[in-house]
Parts: sequence; structure tokens; C-alpha cells
Amino acid sequence: MQAFTQLGSIACALPEINIDTDQLLPARFMKQPRSAEAGYERFLFHDLRRLPDGSPDPAFPLNDARNAGARIIVARRNFGSGSSREAAVYALVDAGIRCVIAPSHGDIFSANAVNNGLLPARVSEQDAEALLALCQPGGVCLEVDLSACRIAAAGRDFAFTVDPVWRRRLLNGWDDIDMTRQFAGRIAAWTEADAAARPWAQLRSVSETPPSGAR
Amino acid sequence: MPACVRDGPRSLFDKLWQGHVIAEREDGASLVWVDRHYVQEGSFHGFAKVRQRGERVLRPDLTVAIADHYVPTRAGDGGIDAELLRMMRQLQANAQEFGIVHYGMGHPRQGIVHVVGPELGMTLPGLLVVEGDSHTSTHGALGAWAFGVGASEVAHVLMTQTLWQKRPRRMRISVDGPLGPGVTAKDVALTVIARVGADGAMGHVIEYAGSAVRGLSMEGRMTLCNMSIECGARCGMVAPDATTVEYVRGRPCAPQGEDFERAAAQWLALAGDADAEFEREVFIDAADIVPSVTWGTTPEDALPITATVPDPARERDGTKAAHIRDALDYMGLSAGMRLSDIPIDYVFIGSCTNARIEDLRAAAAVLASRRSRVPGLVSPGSDRVRRQAEQEGLDRIFVQAGLQWGASGCSMCAAMNGDILRAGMRCASTTNRNFKGRQGLGARTHLMSPAMAAAAAVAGRLADVRELQKGRS
Repeated sequence: MQAFTQLGSIACALPEINIDTDQLLPARFMKQPRSAEAGYERFLFHDLRRLPDGSPDPAFPLNDARNAGARIIVARRNFGSGSSREAAVYALVDAGIRCVIAPSHGDIFSANAVNNGLLPARVSEQDAEALLALCQPGGVCLEVDLSACRIAAAGRDFAFTVDPVWRRRLLNGWDDIDMTRQFAGRIAAWTEADAAARPWAQLRSVSETPPSGAR
Repeated sequence: MPACVRDGPRSLFDKLWQGHVIAEREDGASLVWVDRHYVQEGSFHGFAKVRQRGERVLRPDLTVAIADHYVPTRAGDGGIDAELLRMMRQLQANAQEFGIVHYGMGHPRQGIVHVVGPELGMTLPGLLVVEGDSHTSTHGALGAWAFGVGASEVAHVLMTQTLWQKRPRRMRISVDGPLGPGVTAKDVALTVIARVGADGAMGHVIEYAGSAVRGLSMEGRMTLCNMSIECGARCGMVAPDATTVEYVRGRPCAPQGEDFERAAAQWLALAGDADAEFEREVFIDAADIVPSVTWGTTPEDALPITATVPDPARERDGTKAAHIRDALDYMGLSAGMRLSDIPIDYVFIGSCTNARIEDLRAAAAVLASRRSRVPGLVSPGSDRVRRQAEQEGLDRIFVQAGLQWGASGCSMCAAMNGDILRAGMRCASTTNRNFKGRQGLGARTHLMSPAMAAAAAVAGRLADVRELQKGRS
């Protein structure tokens, strides 16, 4: 995973509450394979950023040329609520977004974000409004510093919070699996004790063969 | 965790947490054991990560693959769409490659994971259950610790059967008193979400308690726990009691005989201690809960059917007022109109929230000897539910009312299987999300209980089911 320490970039203001993952990535694109050549950026906010005739909606902030190259999004509360689809984070990351600043983010979204090196930075409602106001003209740059948990913008300074566990992972670019491997001995001992304590927790009789005719 | 907490009174969640923690890191992250891992067609990103690392699935015996999101639920004119087939075959191929049991389309155990897991006794009280699906919280109804995860976490569980978790805060939502006529678990859920807010329970695990919750059937508790994520909680749960034990008894994959009795004693001991602590408490008087519907584009936009569409001009909070304006614009509604005056174009009865046998019975009870004024689809939650409903003749009631009787799957709730609504169509739906575009680009969703959806079908508009239940048992 790519480490995250500091990020200076144009920040795009999306002044809405409850931007759910269905908006970030509509369900009909979830069948698509994702590769280095064909990323998910083409699906990001697919329906919100288009007019009914399919052309880009000039009023949608991410379509504004002044926000081109933005790597930061500022939004209102409950960003990334709803479906657990990590593909919503893929769409953001593939489009270059590395940080979403909001008063709150969906719990599953936040976990997915951190697993992909995207920082869910939490600010107070008041600071979110101030940042939105700052960024709304378009093309405004923010400096996000994860080691200090500060955001600098136009001579002003804002604090943000992120779970300390996630902060440490993002700063180091750690991969969970590598870390878990170091606990292999503890896991083996735990499962042995558990098998004796909860014999019923094993899954019974799932491997029976289906009746004929079933696919 | 300090020792004093360990020795003090413990809640249901405290017991589940302690029963699953393998190791704790100094930064506060804990490694927890996963007892059941369900995978579906959408889990392909997770399998790709396992393959990328050249790893294997550590415990295929604790992993179950079930096709639900892309399974066609309406008989079409032609064959099955090639893309849907590809998604279902991809799951089957992944299951085969890694030695995981697979219930695909046409298998008698196929259905929506959150219906199949409990009905087969694969999900049991006291287990930690995950799936790459946010409605995994459903399984918490059995007193399990169940939550949705993303693809990276799916891959982690496949490779290690564990997850790193931070200890969530505890929230208890108590609903006390008898539920009124026509009030179901769905109405309780919508009322809770409207009260708590779409992000109100973020960072918390919810324990549902109180006499109204205890009085719910296991299926009703599943409906309630299912929608925990709609108020921001990754999981919701109900303490195991006699209802839980009797529900699990005799299920095909549950322990049997003496083993069952020993397990049941352990399950009942999971109930929280009387003086267990919660970081947050919410109390709801069951008498305040009325059959409810949503009017907007988030599940917190729920109101009693007797109410009117909110007026943004009367909302003092500017952000909320903007949301109401935006939602009314998308939904094609005017402020102040009566909810029961909103005409509908379609009805959908199905989904992991409301497609179990009791849900279908409740809808059929309203529709019996009546006609739906709009077309609609009834999709049973599993093939087992389909067979049971057909034995009871419920399918004939739906068909005689003019609705289509379909196959089991996520169907028009996730709208990934081709069952979608056209732009502008308005649907009375028993599902869990009324997000923009959820049931199709530009489609409008009103969430409600199966009985309320049936009432809307009969009236051709959102309707108070209590009016239609008069004179019927």
C-alpha cells in the first residue's frame, strides 16, 4: 500500500450530505473488471456528473476545469454511506483522489479507504463549512499533513482526526496481511483452544451434494 | 482493555468481542477470528487479491459461496444475459478453485445470503459472520456479531480467517410496549433510522432491546438488524433467548441432539448482564410507531403514512433544507402533499430485508381476493422460501392480484440482475435503500413493510394498511 504523509492539491467542494456509495459508483458498473489499463475513474459519480442526455453537467464541481487534477474532496456529513462496495473507493483512487475531508464518513467506506491508501479526514461541522466555502470558487489548494493531523488553506489552519490505528497504517503504508502473518502462532493456538470450547462453531454438513438437476 | 472492564458487567457485544479476540496490538487494533464467511458474485475483487499474492483460502470449510446479486429473478423472453451468466460462473469457478461449497442458480439452497445463512442454520448465535455486503448485519438477529466488509477485508479473511478490528462503541436501542395494529419490524426499523439519523450510530454496534423487540419473531428481528447500516452502524444484534434457540433447533447445518443442547446453553449465556454499560442509549415507545414510508433519498427520510411531505421552507437547518429540496426534486414530490396521495407505478416485494415467509404471508394477507392497480414483482428471499410459499398457495394470491411471482435473489433491491425500473417510475418497495438511482437510473423508491407495499398495490398509491386490514383478521 502506498504510504500517506503529506498531500498538497486542489480540493473539490461537494457540499452535500449523505453522498452514498451508489452515487460514487452506480451498481451497474460493478461487473467490470479493474486493471491498471482500465481503472474505475470513468465510473466515478457517473450519474451525478451527467445531464439526462449523457453529456457532462457543467454544474457538477468535479466537471469544473478549475478543479481538474483535484486529489482532495471536501463534503458534508456521512460521506460514503450505504453499500460496502470497495469499488466506490477504487473509483476515487483511480481518479487520483487521496483524501476525503468531511464531518463523518461511512464506517465501511472508511475501512475500505484506508485499505487503498485514501485518507478519510474528519473535521468538525463548522470547519467543514469553512473549508467548503473556501474551496467552492474552484481551483483552491489545500495542504493535508497526516503526521500533524492539520489542513492548511489560504493562510488558515484546521485540525482533523483519523483513527490512530488507521493513521499509523497510512503513514507507514502497511499491508494488513503482512502484519497478520506475524501472528500465525497466536492464531493457531487460539483456534485449537476454540475448537474445544465451541465445537458447535464448526460448519456442519455443507458439503452435501446437491440433488440432481441443480446447477 | 483495563482489567476492571473485563471483570465488570458485560453486554452481549462485550461477550462476543472477548470470545473472538486473538491478539491485541498496543495501538488498539485487535485481531479477531471469523467463524463464517459468505461470498457472492461481487466478491471477485477479493478472490483476485488472493490469486495476485499466490495464496490459498485458509478455511474453505468455514466459507460459503451463494449466488444472489446477479441471479435473474424474472423469466425473460430470451435466455439469460451473458454478463449475468459470466458473474455467476465466475463465482462458481472461484469456489471450485479454492474448494468452497457453492449454491448457484437453481440449487435448492440458493437464495439471498442473509436469508439462506440463518434458514439453513449456517449462521448461529455467538458466531462472528462477515460478507462483502453491508446488510450482513441481518445475521445479528440471532445474537451473532455480523458485519459487512470491503474487498480488501474479504481477501484478508479468505487468506487468514481473521480481521483487524477496533473496538466499536456500544449503543442500546430499547423499544418498549406493544406494537400497534399494522406495525411491523420494518416500521420499527424506519422509525429508529428517522430518529437516530443516517449516520447517528456510526462507530457503534447496536443492541436492540426492550419488550417490543423481544416480542418480534426471529424473522422480524432479522428485518430490524438488517437496516442497522442505514443509521450508520456496521452491526446490530439481539440477545439470544428462547425465540432464538427454537428458531435454530433442527436447522440442517445447526448442531443436533446433545450437541445442540450444550450449544444452546452457551448461546443463552451470551445475553448481556443486567447492569451492562452502553456509551449511548435510545428509548422508543412502541406506541409512537406508526406504519411508515420514506419520501426522500435516504432511509432517514421516513415518516408515518399519516404525515405530509416535508416543506424545506419550514426547515431551519440550511443543509437539511437543501437536502429536502434536492430530494423532492428527484422524487417528483411537492411539499405539503399527503403521503397517502402519492400515486405509484410499481410494487416490489423482496430483498434481504423483507422476503422471508412471514413477509410474504403478510403481503398475501392484504392482497388476497384483491387486485393490484399497478404491475409488480414478488421475489422470495430463497428457493426454500419459494417452495414454502407455493405450498401455502401464496404465489397464487400474488398472481391473481396481478403481480409477477419470481425467483429468489437480490433482484430489484440491488438492481444488478437486469430487474430495474425506468427513469421516473415510482415504486412501493420492501427494500432497504431509497438512494438516487438505486432501483434504476432516475427511478424513485419508497421504502415500506410488505403489508404496506401490498396496500399501496391495491390502492395504486401509498396507503395506510390499517384501512385495508379493517374487517380482516
